[in-house]
Amino acid sequence: MHVVPERLRLRYTKTGRIRYTSQRDVARAWERALRRAKLPVAYSEGFSPRPLLSFSLALPTGCESQAEFTDIRFSSSSPVVSPFSVGEEWSQESLEIISKELGALLPEGLDVTASSALGGAEGSLQEEVTSCLWIVEVTGMSAAQGTERVEALLGAANVPIERERKGRQVTDDLRPSVLSLKSEGPGQRVGSIRLSAELATKPRGVRPAELLQGIDPTLRLVRASRQAQLIEFEGTYLEPLTEDGRLLGVTNPTTAKVGR
Amino acid sequence: MSSLFDQIEPLLFHVEKPARYVGGELGALEPLHGEGITSWLLAYPDTYEIGLPNQGLQILYEIINERVDAVAERTYAPWVDMEAAMRNEGIPLFSVENHLAAREFDIVAFNLSAELTYTNVLNMLDLGLIPLHADARGVDDPIVLAGGHCTYNPEPLADFLDAVVLGEGEEVVSEITDVVGAWKADPSRDRASLLKALAGVEGVYVPSLYAPRFEGCRQVGLDLLDPGAPEIVEKRTVADLGDWPYPKNQLVPLTEVVHDRLNVEVFRGCTRGCRFCQAGMITRPVRERPAAQVAEMVARGIERTGYNEVALTSLSSADFSGIEGVVADVVDDPNNGGQVSVSLPSLRVDAFTVATAAKIQQVKRTGLTFAPEGGTWRMRKVINKLISDDDLFAAVDAAFSQGWRRVKLYFLIGLPTERDEDVLGIAELGKRCVEIGKQYHQHVTVSASVGGFVPKAQTPFQWHSQNAPRELQRKITLLRDAAKKTKGLQIRWHEPAATAAEGVLSRGDRRIGAVLERVWRNGGTFQEWSEHFDLSLFQGALADEGLSMDDYTTRMRDEDEMLPWDHLSAGLHKDFLIGEYHDAIEEVGVEDCRWTPCYDCGACTNYDLEHVVASASAPAGGSQGTGQGLDLGRPVSVSLSRSGN
Repeated sequence: MHVVPERLRLRYTKTGRIRYTSQRDVARAWERALRRAKLPVAYSEGFSPRPLLSFSLALPTGCESQAEFTDIRFSSSSPVVSPFSVGEEWSQESLEIISKELGALLPEGLDVTASSALGGAEGSLQEEVTSCLWIVEVTGMSAAQGTERVEALLGAANVPIERERKGRQVTDDLRPSVLSLKSEGPGQRVGSIRLSAELATKPRGVRPAELLQGIDPTLRLVRASRQAQLIEFEGTYLEPLTEDGRLLGVTNPTTAKVGR
Repeated sequence: MSSLFDQIEPLLFHVEKPARYVGGELGALEPLHGEGITSWLLAYPDTYEIGLPNQGLQILYEIINERVDAVAERTYAPWVDMEAAMRNEGIPLFSVENHLAAREFDIVAFNLSAELTYTNVLNMLDLGLIPLHADARGVDDPIVLAGGHCTYNPEPLADFLDAVVLGEGEEVVSEITDVVGAWKADPSRDRASLLKALAGVEGVYVPSLYAPRFEGCRQVGLDLLDPGAPEIVEKRTVADLGDWPYPKNQLVPLTEVVHDRLNVEVFRGCTRGCRFCQAGMITRPVRERPAAQVAEMVARGIERTGYNEVALTSLSSADFSGIEGVVADVVDDPNNGGQVSVSLPSLRVDAFTVATAAKIQQVKRTGLTFAPEGGTWRMRKVINKLISDDDLFAAVDAAFSQGWRRVKLYFLIGLPTERDEDVLGIAELGKRCVEIGKQYHQHVTVSASVGGFVPKAQTPFQWHSQNAPRELQRKITLLRDAAKKTKGLQIRWHEPAATAAEGVLSRGDRRIGAVLERVWRNGGTFQEWSEHFDLSLFQGALADEGLSMDDYTTRMRDEDEMLPWDHLSAGLHKDFLIGEYHDAIEEVGVEDCRWTPCYDCGACTNYDLEHVVASASAPAGGSQGTGQGLDLGRPVSVSLSRSGN
């Protein structure tokens, strides 16, 4: 019998047609896949028990990602009749089996790329991540205009944008959230310009569409891909789980891989 | 044939719920089209979320795709934002699997489940670049079909449909495929020869072969234009549901839809005999699926989909023979680990049913719904919904005593012979239910949901008038005022104006086609969505066509008047329907014929069918249709034990 750890972190991608689903839809797809895999997932107490899995920062509908994460809790008292048992003596092999199995059961486009047991000291995915790397492709400007507008934004003292918060229109300053921004020339889509950006997640995350609002509201978003979710810690960047399976592994954001 | 996806994709970032347009469901197929293959596009004229779970569509999808010489894909009505973007970019209606243009399919078949979706049919044809009118279509245009409950009076859509299928599609879909396949292989084919051939398939109605005549507000004649076409088109019915264990691979969508759970149809047909209910009239007789097959479909479905909820669907699932056993098997299946819940849409109103509900909702007791439909016993005898007050109170008592705090009751107003006291009876019943609840809990909610009655074709009330919106509004106000005094009783109601439009389409004749076209041309799509519904579009269109809304809605039809759907048959003898109509007016109920002798309604005898019911006796514990002398209105004693006493 394979043994799984009490807590597991998985890294996965969201590409292809499934990127048009919402974060909530993805969570539901995970729940269905976990049930089909008969994994001993722990459930919440109460009137409406839910499987205990948590996700990293919500990915806006339509955006793709190379770096999504979910933390899953397993329990030997799980109501699921499972071929797996839960305990300290879990093996790397069982993690690989789980990853492979889930990858096959998840809808196409959600691919598990790394897994690691959690020791218990790790914080919540939502709270730890401090910034995200994005590749954004837009139409509505030339490469030269792209460079110009990026410089203008970076040089501005503040960049007010309108957004909705709890049903109210508010004006926020985008500028402090833009940690880096570059125009990378022509994008994959014909006539598009590719931008790369590091956007802060605190005090609140910035969506690619909001970044465009700050650059030039007439731009049209044609593609957005989250490349990395980063945890800045004493001047170095960590990822919740690197592609090669290192938990809170150090990464160099400038070399983050550009999506397919 | 090539995929339009590259053109569609740039729009998806900018529309609401883009997952509606990408397909990719578990169970979806991306079939290969080609020479010698007949292609179907199964179309649902409402949004993806509403249309995807439709079981009829999914059943046909599988049956067609199982054939080596046919393929089926699906399409749904694009929401208004997507439609605007598609028109702007010149992208036609497409299938969600291979993203092929609708007009590239041999057959475009609409599922008609609700009258207010009709304008969406027109819109989808137009968006699909398919000539709107059947008579304008050429040999290379798709054949436009329709099926579903509304086709028992398809006359309002007759101008736009090449052929209409009456009844259940499992068998006829293959016969149509054969006809179309053979026709496609004929080098000298023309549209007329195909329509003639389709009219020869049992259950298929080709409107263009029949020409109605009108005088004043009435249809007075129907000319058969082709001697080969049947004078009466009879519906199709599958004799044994056990032969059709579909869908085998229910679609699991990537995005949330209505009824987002495993759905297993446990029986088809209902003989409770509610006189307002079109579904109960047109789907007879009762055909239960073998319990072992239900169990297998549930177990396999749960395993395959990962859903943790299964609905046992039918018109009244608590009537399934041995329903407790089926429910217990799912709930207690060790493989499900107590994590799979069962839902029974449309609960019967009795304490016994509540006990079953208690078994299946051990954890989540949010609310229970019952449908007494009428506010007084007199009213319920008229509509033959034979639930005594005591049945309802016993059911409600059982619900509150077993932990529920919210009970929802469904009612119709505007029913034949209705008096104000019947409407006020709804408030009275609601009040009594709140009082019952207060014995168990400090705070309870009873909500009475009130809909306006619309008479439907092929029912005993097809001759009767419906209430005008003003009269419905007056009754709602009356009811609301009466309910105000009772804390904990909420009255909810549907927009009365929509019932007028629905009434025109339900019992409309062929002249309504031009009305529909005007409504659609004036922007009237998604009329079943309250935010888009606009009665003035219908009023204006009727006036422009020189027709009167009242003639279609509030006018009493004569019993000897020709009805626009008289040439279409659900098997029911006209004298059965008239007899039921008279009994209704005289407040006489009839019992359920699945457990009592036959009334010869025609549904069995006309088609050489019989009920397929595992249990020869009625379910215990309630009075509905169980032969307990209800036509006399005697209350039935129900004993209940309160927990803790």
